[in-house]
Amino acid sequence: MSKLSVNHLLGIRYLTPEDINLIFETADHFKEVINRPIKKVPSLRDITIANLFFENSTRTKLSFEIAEKRLSADIINFSSSNSSVTKGETLIDTVNNILSMKVDMVVMRHPNPGAADFLSKHVDAKIVNAGDGAHEHPTQALLDAFSIREKYGDLKGKNVVIVGDILHSRVALSNIFCLKKLGANVKVCGPLTLMPKHINSLGVEVITDLKEALNWCDVAMMLRIQLERQDMKFFPSLREYSMLYGLDKSLLDSLDKEITIMHPGPINRGVEITSDVADSKQSIILNQVENGVAIRMAVLYLLAGKQN
Amino acid sequence: MKQTDRIILDSIQFDLTIKRLAHQLIENHNNFSNTIIIGLQPRGTFLAERVVAELKAIDSSCNVQLGALDVTFHRDDYRRQGNPLVPNKTEMNFDIEEKNVILVDDVLFTGRTIRAGLDAMLAFGRPKKVELLVLINRRYERHLPIQANYIGKNVHTIVSERAKVTWAATDGEDKVILYTPEENE
Repeated sequence: MSKLSVNHLLGIRYLTPEDINLIFETADHFKEVINRPIKKVPSLRDITIANLFFENSTRTKLSFEIAEKRLSADIINFSSSNSSVTKGETLIDTVNNILSMKVDMVVMRHPNPGAADFLSKHVDAKIVNAGDGAHEHPTQALLDAFSIREKYGDLKGKNVVIVGDILHSRVALSNIFCLKKLGANVKVCGPLTLMPKHINSLGVEVITDLKEALNWCDVAMMLRIQLERQDMKFFPSLREYSMLYGLDKSLLDSLDKEITIMHPGPINRGVEITSDVADSKQSIILNQVENGVAIRMAVLYLLAGKQN
Repeated sequence: MKQTDRIILDSIQFDLTIKRLAHQLIENHNNFSNTIIIGLQPRGTFLAERVVAELKAIDSSCNVQLGALDVTFHRDDYRRQGNPLVPNKTEMNFDIEEKNVILVDDVLFTGRTIRAGLDAMLAFGRPKKVELLVLINRRYERHLPIQANYIGKNVHTIVSERAKVTWAATDGEDKVILYTPEENE
């Protein structure tokens, strides 16, 4: 198989396991490219990509930008804080205006869940979802699974626990879809107030004891507490959260086996993870960032090359 | 094989041709201390491996470096085909700065793959000199001003014909056939 089953990357939910493996195989080649002395290939030199960020981002925005540049695409950047969105323009109007400037692909982050799906139905460009509210963040899940695959060779049968603010996390949802499609076992861990109501219907089990969860898993994904999305108090204090669900060196050393630590960033050091754990040799946090560029290159390459 | 297919190199001629190409390389490159051989993926790498094996059979002290280069990301027909082009593995574990490079491919036809290969190669440094070795040179249908320095066999073909190189290691037999593909091929 050489093409994706989808025309846009809106969420992991819409991908088949074959799609995910095709993205991984393509990303393997791009990882080789970005480690060359000259890290650039001309594949997308006739493509223009608009990066629309209606919500703050450092890693994802830079990662997409560098992936686009490594593929020789022309890019334009847009962030909502200094645009006409603040003057009351609608999303479709904003995007259609940008597309009138002959843009082929749109990478969009938006605070509203479903924004990317909505856009794909109304405008004539390939859409890549770079995070829509608490819904999905497909490229993050792909790069996480790619990093696990790189470390263990295969995801089938691997035990992965996602720890933290599952309720507000698009990374958690995309990762649950992605890991399950690839045959991994997934559990989530955190205070029950931060668990979505119907989490069991996704086929994942909730554990409330962090040590039990860590002893079960091969890989632990630590998530940030998303205070900016929390409209009420879900736990008494960050200090209490950190004592019950923060990962520190003594807890890590007390486990029966050596597990792999991941974090999608941004890290709140001292809250969900301590510095000595984040910087330890069990952590593959910076590998995740490197793999993010290769994964995004693969996604852009495969979508751009597919004729509708 | 269909009736219209023609064998243009059988396994004996094939072997002799590779031996001749290896000797020609030795004439120009002495002990290969500053030479790198790069096979273009996917099928040029088979030829490059065979040529290097032959060089070592002739002179066991020859330790020429061998690389495999994928040109997919440098091709000019990306997005002109229905589907994304599938890449192959690139293995270039050396620097080509100031080296003599011999690019190797099985069939030279329009010259577009070689053009992409030259572009892809430059990502690994600025070579001193680049030469091209091909097993089959199809004349009369070049789209670009590219010629080979070492040629296994020149063939005169019409555009609708295809030259196919098969290898003992992967296809069962060393031979080159010329055939006319069906409409949907």
